[in-house]
Amino acid sequence: MAETNETGLIARILAGEKELFHDLIRPYERMVYLTLFGIVKNETEAEDGAQEAVISAYRHLASFRGHAKFSTWLTAIAINEGRKRLRKAKGAAEDSIEKEEDGHEVDYTPAPLTDWREIPLEALERKELREALRVAVAELPDIYRQVFVLRDLEELNIEETAQALAINPGAVKVRLHRARMMLQKRLVPFLKTTAPARRGFFGRAL
Amino acid sequence: MKLDCKHVWEHISEYIDNTVDARLREEIELHLEHCEICSAILDATRNILVLTADDRTFELPVGYSKRLHERLAKELENSEPDFKKQ
Repeated sequence: MAETNETGLIARILAGEKELFHDLIRPYERMVYLTLFGIVKNETEAEDGAQEAVISAYRHLASFRGHAKFSTWLTAIAINEGRKRLRKAKGAAEDSIEKEEDGHEVDYTPAPLTDWREIPLEALERKELREALRVAVAELPDIYRQVFVLRDLEELNIEETAQALAINPGAVKVRLHRARMMLQKRLVPFLKTTAPARRGFFGRAL
Repeated sequence: MKLDCKHVWEHISEYIDNTVDARLREEIELHLEHCEICSAILDATRNILVLTADDRTFELPVGYSKRLHERLAKELENSEPDFKKQ
């Protein structure tokens, strides 16, 4: 949705045409759900959380001043809702999101594999591959998964991702890189066992 | 400066996002021309991103949108938002 339309919509909602909030939120439904899912990793929790986040956005719409993009503001609300649910689930005493640091205990080097570049489009169409990716994303450590979901799933830019998560852009880049490399590494063995050996596009033996 | 593989891996993500400077980009591309392993890693990572952005990979629960708008409709009907009170 064009931002000018959005600004107009918000003004009209605030002036009393509250039904228009349905239209305002529609382009972002998917984003809100995926943000929640990226944090709570559970469909039912994500859906409940998405509803709460949308309602919270409605109730607090007057506090949206247009300093950030509406999508970024809404994402931040969704993240807060997700974190609240995660804290509740893990117990109020422990907040693993805040405690996790960008440590070096994990190996972030990619897995070398020459098969990948020969993977034809139909392989990307396979359901098992999608499933493997879903599982791999769900299993990423929280801080990496959150950045990955905002950047590569919701396609926010680095600045927006940093703003939504209240971290600096440098941390976004580092976490994103590590998330991508971890996924690459996770999916390589999967492909090795399911993709038949073949000759490459340029006739190279693999 | 000649880049080694490890150096290229460290910048793959930024290379994909096009946030490396022109000189480093050129060096990476030069390396990629000759290194099948790094090219494969780059393609693998790109494929994962394509797959991630594909709507079929991360699907919404069936009926999600309908339930969301029903819940919202109830909220709109029953409550006066803060901005009306201000």
